[in-house]
Amino acid sequence: METKKLAIIATKGTLDWAYPPFILASTGAALGYEVEVFFTFYGLQLLRKGDLAGLKVSPLGNPGMPMKMPFGPKWFKGINWNIPNAVQSLVPFYENVATSLMKMTIKNNGVASIPELRTLCLEADCKFIACQMTVELFGFDHSQFIDGIEYGGAATFFEFAGESDICLFI
Amino acid sequence: MNFDKELDARGLNCPLPILRTKKALAEMTSAQVLKVVATDPGSVKDMQAFAKQTGNELVSSAETGGEYTFFMKKK
Repeated sequence: METKKLAIIATKGTLDWAYPPFILASTGAALGYEVEVFFTFYGLQLLRKGDLAGLKVSPLGNPGMPMKMPFGPKWFKGINWNIPNAVQSLVPFYENVATSLMKMTIKNNGVASIPELRTLCLEADCKFIACQMTVELFGFDHSQFIDGIEYGGAATFFEFAGESDICLFI
Repeated sequence: MNFDKELDARGLNCPLPILRTKKALAEMTSAQVLKVVATDPGSVKDMQAFAKQTGNELVSSAETGGEYTFFMKKK
């Protein structure tokens, strides 16, 4: 049987949206797929060196996001803190607090961290391509990104995606 | 049931049980049996899907007290 191929375009650079590309890429690899992920625009943040502490989650203007506390008794954890956008936007470091709480929730639920998932993807030979155009557009330098990735453009993506069995834009 | 290796995936959530299973199987030889214990309810369907797509055989799948035990025979 010919190896199946999974092609993903990762365009988001927040903590929550970092999950789908890495979860699907690592799982695809575990299932025997050949995987290629093309990181463009804000998705480039997912290829930054280090622990990716810069990835945050913003509840502002995100009505679908439950705001629950990861600690305390059960009744307290169950409360959904419905904080108006106007308040969220005025509170200093609101995103940092929300991100810390989200990271606690992630840990409490046995969900892998993003750096962990990224490492698992690389260990499983998922191929990562950074969009050279957006690297330049955002004033990044190759030295800011992890080793072992390639740089290319839209045509590079099509070369692999054109023969893929699953192709996703995230 | 006899098994050659055991994987403790308790407390891990999607997709970690599958990724760890894949890794454990990679270190085993054909026809050896891997026992996996998980607490993620989603792993029941995922293990079936993993077996179906990779050709490894899910010999049995059982639940007791919130723990899911799988026996996977390597292809």
